[in-house]
Amino acid sequence: MSSVANSTQWCGQSVERVEDAALLTGRGRFIDDLGVKPGTLHAAILRSPHAHARLAAIRTDAARALPGVAAVLTGADIRTLSSSLVVGVKAPVECWPIATDRVRYVGEPVAVVVAASRYVAEDALDLIDIDYEPLPAIVDPVAALDPAAPVLHDGLGANLASERAFRYGDPEQAFAAAAHRIAVTIRYPRNSCTPMETYGLVAEYDAAEDAYDVLANFMGPFSLHAVMARALKVPGNRFRLRTPPDSGGSFGVKQGVFPYIVLIGVAARVTGRPVKWIEDRLEHLAASVSATNRVTTLEAAVDADGRVRALAWDQLEDVGAHIRAPEPATLYRMHGNLTGAYDIHHVSVRNRVVLTNKMPTGLNRGFGGPQVYYALERLMQRIAVELELDPVDVIRRNLIPSGRFPYRTATGALLDSGDYVKAFDIALKDGAFASLRERQAKARAEGRLYGIGLTAAVEPSVSNMGYITTALTPQERRKAGPKNGAQATATVSLDPLGGVTVNVASVPQGQGHRTVLAQIVADDLGLMPADIRVVTDFDSGRDAWSIASGNYSSRFAAAVGGAAKLASGRIKARLARMAAAQLNVGVDEIEFAAGKVRARGNPDNALPFTRLAATSHWSPGLVPVENQALRETAFWSPPELTAPTEGDEINSSLCHGFIFDFCGVEIDRVTGAARIDTYVTMHDCGTILHPGMVAGQVTGGFAHAVGAALYEEFAYGDDGSFLTGTFADYLVPTAMEIPAPLILHLETPSPFTPLGAKGVGEGNCMSTPVCLANAVADALDLDAIDLPLTPAKLAGHIHGAERAPPQRPAAARTGKGRALHGVGEARVDAPPETVWRMLLDPGTLAAIIPGAHGVAKVSDTHFRADVTLGVGPVTGRYKADIRLSDLDAPRAVTLIGVVTGALGDARGAGRITLTADAGGTRVTYDYDAEIGGKVASIGGRLLDGAAKVVIRQFFAALVRHTGGAKPGFLARLFGRGA
Amino acid sequence: MKPARFDYIRAGDIAEAHAALADHGNDARIIAGGQTLMPMLSMRLVRPKIVVDIMHVAALHGIAASGADIRIGAGVRQAELLAWPGLAEHLPLLHAALPWVGHAQTRSRGTVCGSAAHADPSAEIPLCLLALDATLELSSRRGRRRVTAADFFTGMMTTARADNELIEAVRIPKKPAGAGYAFNEFGRRHGDFAIVACAAVASGDTTRLAVGGVADTPALHELGALGGKELDDALDAFAWALDARDDLHATARYRRELVRRMGRATIEEARACRD
Repeated sequence: MSSVANSTQWCGQSVERVEDAALLTGRGRFIDDLGVKPGTLHAAILRSPHAHARLAAIRTDAARALPGVAAVLTGADIRTLSSSLVVGVKAPVECWPIATDRVRYVGEPVAVVVAASRYVAEDALDLIDIDYEPLPAIVDPVAALDPAAPVLHDGLGANLASERAFRYGDPEQAFAAAAHRIAVTIRYPRNSCTPMETYGLVAEYDAAEDAYDVLANFMGPFSLHAVMARALKVPGNRFRLRTPPDSGGSFGVKQGVFPYIVLIGVAARVTGRPVKWIEDRLEHLAASVSATNRVTTLEAAVDADGRVRALAWDQLEDVGAHIRAPEPATLYRMHGNLTGAYDIHHVSVRNRVVLTNKMPTGLNRGFGGPQVYYALERLMQRIAVELELDPVDVIRRNLIPSGRFPYRTATGALLDSGDYVKAFDIALKDGAFASLRERQAKARAEGRLYGIGLTAAVEPSVSNMGYITTALTPQERRKAGPKNGAQATATVSLDPLGGVTVNVASVPQGQGHRTVLAQIVADDLGLMPADIRVVTDFDSGRDAWSIASGNYSSRFAAAVGGAAKLASGRIKARLARMAAAQLNVGVDEIEFAAGKVRARGNPDNALPFTRLAATSHWSPGLVPVENQALRETAFWSPPELTAPTEGDEINSSLCHGFIFDFCGVEIDRVTGAARIDTYVTMHDCGTILHPGMVAGQVTGGFAHAVGAALYEEFAYGDDGSFLTGTFADYLVPTAMEIPAPLILHLETPSPFTPLGAKGVGEGNCMSTPVCLANAVADALDLDAIDLPLTPAKLAGHIHGAERAPPQRPAAARTGKGRALHGVGEARVDAPPETVWRMLLDPGTLAAIIPGAHGVAKVSDTHFRADVTLGVGPVTGRYKADIRLSDLDAPRAVTLIGVVTGALGDARGAGRITLTADAGGTRVTYDYDAEIGGKVASIGGRLLDGAAKVVIRQFFAALVRHTGGAKPGFLARLFGRGA
Repeated sequence: MKPARFDYIRAGDIAEAHAALADHGNDARIIAGGQTLMPMLSMRLVRPKIVVDIMHVAALHGIAASGADIRIGAGVRQAELLAWPGLAEHLPLLHAALPWVGHAQTRSRGTVCGSAAHADPSAEIPLCLLALDATLELSSRRGRRRVTAADFFTGMMTTARADNELIEAVRIPKKPAGAGYAFNEFGRRHGDFAIVACAAVASGDTTRLAVGGVADTPALHELGALGGKELDDALDAFAWALDARDDLHATARYRRELVRRMGRATIEEARACRD
């Protein structure tokens, strides 16, 4: 009898992860590692280079004719065989997995090629010929509300998709009575957690059964199973969704694979063959899932001592080009805890959801938290600064007092447990806040830029599936029926050798669910973790699951771990009754320890666990039915997760951890780079099941947050072009850029979860960006600062006014993104009339348009050409569409050119003026050009040069064609930017 | 993200590489370390008909002292040069700059001459070649020629190399006695392309500063023995003359400021370490 095992409690120990042996030796089984059936085809997707354009024509004949191509599908095909994805707001608007009538963001799928290999499929993409009629794009969420703005979805009539106002307590009275009103306005940018493994799936359609079978690295929530089944027009039981054993990170993002499951599912149906699609990195960055960008104005009614009496939220949420399920969930996930960690009784909220020509949004680690806490905690710092108070005192004064838990917030959350003031004080002491202040004083005395930031936050976990319905009015909710709860499931079964297997629908992506579940069940049954086999690859046709299944809202430890404990407990109860009968003791006297089931106080009166566990297989006749133990499935939905009330109060999450962070940041005076000098993060995530994994979650969340704060942004040009299409432009920090935070804990078990555990994986994504921003604002004495905190942005606050240029004036180079402007002139040895005729002659144009293979005259003022353009190493084939307008023969003409090709597209307009000059002509030009698509995404730095070369070649050829010019005259032909 | 179809030739000797270039010109691409070409192939930004692998050409390997120069063959990987025992003594600027080139992983594949051939305006190796007055050895079936770095880098990712030419080697003058060198760079992350990179060479009363990441090519400026406000004024004029641009990662104004400040610091550092 092992006394060690007897006393061992596995939960709470950092046991070795059962996942690691395979992952560290390259034996993980990810979607692209798994074999496929013979005959499986491969899909590639053609994507829009335009942010907004009408699809005038799609010609696929050449692509279909390519050997190896099985099918080419467009929006029309998808419309025929599926239906629109359900949209989460009550509005006459559809959401398809592929463009049907027009494209609404760069990267939106336009056609799918299915072929014998991915190589052939990509070859065929080049052969698809599309006529786009570009429409004005809208990128900024505030501008999208302008009645004159281009409208994305005609069914809505405007870009505002949802608007709701909420009122809790008496905010008007609180603001009227307040000593101070202090406000912040935040523009929170777009970013993503960019998992290392991209989306992937293999879809099959069984015509005999009219059923789909899809293997995908989907992560849930499985409410989307219903969305997909409806879109594929089959009952839920004819849409079997499976997941591979391993998934290489998700952080919410792999929720967004679901429209592709529908798209490729249809492709499998059309071809009658299994179809595999693996998303590549370019596709992932341009068109997977982004977190929302949000414009928030948050105002507080504040007492003279910094006590906040009321908050007024105004949130404008930008969900991109479609309201794709489960949006607008990002906006409502935090609704119950809009007062953060603070005791604030009066709140007003205005929430608006707007559509713009950007990638649709979805789940992303932190989900709504970064946006909310950035506003709330910037506000808390502003209160301290404006009232000349210590920010430490302002936070302490507003924290929910000890002893008030469970605490009901003004907006309806029930904060389960905690002692915020105690955790706050421990962090200040153990994190050595006083010495940080000394460090700052010393740095400042030396003239260095050093700031301190603080943040307190509540980290919600285990989402209430009903919170999203807060976006609907109470009347709409009554009509739709109440939505609430969060069913968690787990199955524990015993095999004929007495082995224990656990099956869950938690769909991990590397977190270590299998290890923790083995710990939980081993503790319950008195076994070793190695005795427990945990299976997490999922099959909707065989596993127990519900709509809340999946790996999101930090629900695993609290909900799935809890359900496993319940399922194990049921098995244990049956086994205990069986054992009591065999050992001739009362059930109360049975204990499970050290691999035995035995009489407490008389350990010799014992049965091996395995023998007892096998009994119901081998000799069920000896055991009363109610004691037979074979397989137990627990469904658990906490009663606290109720539907929104008539007053729109919503307990949006079951658990609420507490976080208090502080940091010291130094800004380099030359480069403006922010260096994190020290970072302390205190967490109360309830009972800690595996300290090593909790540290991993906190560190990982912190790393993502450092990225969001200092490096990462999905950037768009004003025309909707996507500017961060590779990891050379979307900058994810590496280990070199991320310091190790000091992690502290206080454990206050949740009374609402079976194990007392809460989520912990998202908290630093919520708290850290604003903590760093507060430190930067403190260092630079800034009132307002938005993310990301790039060196160039910060340097703008340090470097002061620039000396004027020494000689020539610098032409203004304004605008964002890849817009180019230029002016220039050339002298040609031919009279204006000759030059004029040449500009209107297809033959001449063919000779002078760089790389033209032939120019077709559509009308006197409209030409089309095929051109091959190369700049440096980059070469591509393009279609050029050139129109002449504002003709003033022979003096001036405007050329409007649209160049489209596989690498991207360019639109430019140039005014050319011809002036007679000593027997020749002085040609002056002034142009604006914009470049989008793949090239804009990838070769950002190449584009200015590309435009320069093309325009130079055009005018050089024009000059040559008219008989040449003075040598060297091209040397400085181009204005800045040309 | 799969390359378009191409043929692969593993050249066994220089003549075979020359023949491929002579036959296919711009439709052929040399592959050495492949750290730039492979992603460009995968993204179909380049679609050569032929890819000519020169890494198995023995004559292109090796680092050797050659008179007053160090000759680095086209097959020499960046990691190999970084590990070369003579680096700190003979090429102290490259000794300082090479750790800034990409990451250990990319340096273990990428070549010195490949970086020169690609001519990224933010890359460290072209910058150092310019600052050190290096010479590129080009050859084709028709002959050989040498081109100075100043003449070689003609624009963004464009060079004086003709379509039929192979870069056989780069020759870099050895450090003369008394010279001082310094290298500084600012990028967003470790291993990123430089937003601004500065290389300074000081010797006697001459000082030259090369700046990368700002103009279409690395840019060189002679600053003699200037100091104090005169040096600031000269750097200011240089900064303006580089035609800096706004992009996603930095503004033009920011780049100019770094040229002024980091440029000055780099010059002072180079002068201070003259021996």
